Amino acid sequence: MNKIISKEFFSENVFKMVIHAPDIAQSRKPGNFVIIKMGKKGERIPLTIAGANTDEGTIDLVVQIVGVTSHKLSKLNVGDTITDIAGPLGEATHIEKVGTVLAAGGGVGTAPLLPIVEAFKKAGNRVITVLAARNKDLLILEDQIRENSDEVIIMTDDGSYGTKGLVTHGMEEVIKREKIDLSIIIGPAIMMKFAALTTKKYNIKTLASLNTIMVDGTGMCGACRITVGGKTKFVCVDGPEFDAHQVDFDEMMMRLSAYKEDEAVAYENHIASLT
Amino acid sequence: MDIKKIDIKQYYKDQRRTEWRTDIRKTMKTKERVAMTRTKMLEQDPEIRNKNGLEVNLGLTEQLAMQEARRCIDCPDPTCISGCPVNIYIPKFIKKIEIGDFLGAAKIIKETNSLPAVCGRVCPQEKQCEAQCFYSIKLNQPPVAIGFLERFAADYEQNSGQMATPEVAESNGIKVAAIGSGPASLAWATDMARMGYDVTVFEALHEIGGVLKYGIPDFRLPNSVVDVEINNVKAMGVKFVTNFIVGKTASIEVLRERGFEAFFVASGAGLPRFMNIPGENFNGIFSSNEFLTRVNLMGAAKDDYDTPVSLGKNIAVIGGGNTAMDSVRISKRLGADRAMIIYRRTREEMPARLEEVEHALDEGIEFMNLNSPVEYIADANGRVKEMVLQKMELGEPDDSGRRRPIPIEGSEYKVPVDVVIVAVGVSPNPLIPKSVKGLETTKWGTIVVNDDFQSSIEDIFAGGDIVRGGATVILAMGDGRDAATGMDKYIQNKIKK
Ligand SMILES: Cc1cc2nc3c(=O)[nH]c(=O)nc-3n(C[C@H](O)[C@H](O)[C@H](O)COP(=O)(O)OP(=O)(O)OC[C@H]3O[C@@H](n4cnc5c(N)ncnc54)[C@H](O)[C@@H]3O)c2cc1C
Ligand code: FES
Repeated sequence: MNKIISKEFFSENVFKMVIHAPDIAQSRKPGNFVIIKMGKKGERIPLTIAGANTDEGTIDLVVQIVGVTSHKLSKLNVGDTITDIAGPLGEATHIEKVGTVLAAGGGVGTAPLLPIVEAFKKAGNRVITVLAARNKDLLILEDQIRENSDEVIIMTDDGSYGTKGLVTHGMEEVIKREKIDLSIIIGPAIMMKFAALTTKKYNIKTLASLNTIMVDGTGMCGACRITVGGKTKFVCVDGPEFDAHQVDFDEMMMRLSAYKEDEAVAYENHIASLT
Repeated sequence: MDIKKIDIKQYYKDQRRTEWRTDIRKTMKTKERVAMTRTKMLEQDPEIRNKNGLEVNLGLTEQLAMQEARRCIDCPDPTCISGCPVNIYIPKFIKKIEIGDFLGAAKIIKETNSLPAVCGRVCPQEKQCEAQCFYSIKLNQPPVAIGFLERFAADYEQNSGQMATPEVAESNGIKVAAIGSGPASLAWATDMARMGYDVTVFEALHEIGGVLKYGIPDFRLPNSVVDVEINNVKAMGVKFVTNFIVGKTASIEVLRERGFEAFFVASGAGLPRFMNIPGENFNGIFSSNEFLTRVNLMGAAKDDYDTPVSLGKNIAVIGGGNTAMDSVRISKRLGADRAMIIYRRTREEMPARLEEVEHALDEGIEFMNLNSPVEYIADANGRVKEMVLQKMELGEPDDSGRRRPIPIEGSEYKVPVDVVIVAVGVSPNPLIPKSVKGLETTKWGTIVVNDDFQSSIEDIFAGGDIVRGGATVILAMGDGRDAATGMDKYIQNKIKK
């Protein structure tokens, strides 16, 4: 049982929760995630740890409402408890001083990107971050990213904020301008696919943090499997970060859609049951 | 070791001479005993049970149990005991059943086996005690149904409301921990608590029980039966911490700082293997672990649970072990028209329990033996629709002593499928070996231990599937008990120094 310490909405569908989980707060590193489950009948879902406070023994989760579980979570309030949280899971990001790092976050992917940007900045790198969202309202954590980046470029699909265009435009602008030693991309699969194609064109080493379907999160089931460089890998234990140029994003997108219909029906039923 | 053997033989002899045993032997002539036929387990009708999730075996009635107990001739040299990995005193408990002292029988079993209701249901008795029974080795007749009787005594005790919690010694205040909560851990925890240790069990998942909960389905081993056993362990003062992944949530190092004197690693062989053939990552193709976890642990087949699972009309399960049998029988129960076992050898070589194979056949499972998948084909959305099978023939025996399957070139053919479940084995969980520096492992990733089940690091012991690779419940429990003895020896020696 883990108590919710605070809750804050960033936009209509994205919120941040601070949760009491002292062991996880102590052990977590940038790149790690947790698995949460609510109630006896709930499902297990992975959520990346966006930050932690070891003095308070808390972790931060930033969640986008996309289905039954994230919706249920959004309805919990400060003081309520979450039945099960397990973690920190996955391999931590390998942080080192490489020179200039180009980070790119799409949508809610900005949340898991934040601790990584923070760590690379602390390690003495020049960090340039491109944040992309459909519109201004969906852009999250801009201030925190700014605090930890040397430069921030904002891209929106509709031009309601920053520059109008896709994340790849922003990235390419930077790449053409200066030498990039490492790129890190986190966001929807389709965004990562094209961001990876962009950096590949310029031969820039690129890491992508993947968010697949998971059950246990400990390597026990293979629900999270994907193909990297022609080999099957388990995202929960071998990842979540992989060489973006080796990842088969098309297969990943196909696998992400495995329960799309079931999920849509379940979500409708869930919403209907509340009204 | 030898001295122990002589002592135990003498003990069996002396026990056999006690008055009540001598008396009961006299009530019937041996000739009459061996003339009786083996009792049949009461079970649900196959055509009904393959549509519900209820337990297949219904257990024996008191009368049937006493009748079966009479078949045991109470041999002077009870060979059955040597077939049991935890050496249950078999003739003694059976004779207790014969005189109607069922609680007494349960007590005898529990002297060496802390989970009798589980073992009575899932042990491969036909390869263990029953294989060494006098009837099997001397008369070439069906053995005494030791497994049925074990289950009977354990169930009787569970239902009597008079479950005896084993006595625990006065607390010695020494903290010890197990990693994982499967049968190896439960057996270890019982013995450590009995000896007065302060025992904590850490489990990565949200439920206690390991494979007993997430793997073996309710129709074979109801979770309620497992819970009674777990509650019994809890009643002895053992603490369970769920959602705690040792090596991730906190390292063994940190736990040492928190005062734990020794550790028992019982983290199992939970990693699924795939075959690495084309198309294996299409949707609709699962590892058996994923399928079983979704259905057994997460309640995916029940409407009011949130976890989904793909179902279909044509389901193929690849493999011939218990995991394959469980997966295919669940698929049938969830509505598959055609539930198939695809196995590259023949029924003879199947590693599954004999009873499960027979039950599967009765329930209408199709066995496609001497076949192996070589490729999967999907529809436009990436959902599997066909598998390509290749026929096999058996060649010379391989390392395992079973005849090696050899592919027949050009024999490939297609079979329509909506769901494929891959149950071709598991590998040891690498989490602990990866997170503990200097822990010696084999090339298969199992932890190396000595006779005391002590690893290359003196305060770390290990047992069960993480030491053996995928094995059995009873072997895991035997390891747990031996590791408890080894750990106690280690701690007591350390205190003396
Ligand atoms: C479907 C299926 C059917 C089977 N049927 C039979 C049968 O009929 N008869 C039989 O005898 N055997 C059967 N077996 C095999 C038997 O279940 C296993 O041999 C036995 O459970 C092994 O016990 P264990 O205690 O070593 O590990 P497990 O039962 O595997 O338990 C290990 C536990 O450790 C936890 N864990 C792992 N790493 C960590 C960590 N770092 N921190 C905390 N916890 C951790 C896991 O989550 C798991 O709960 C079957 C297995 C399966 C999968
Ligand atoms: S989520 Fe089960 S193996 Fe990765």
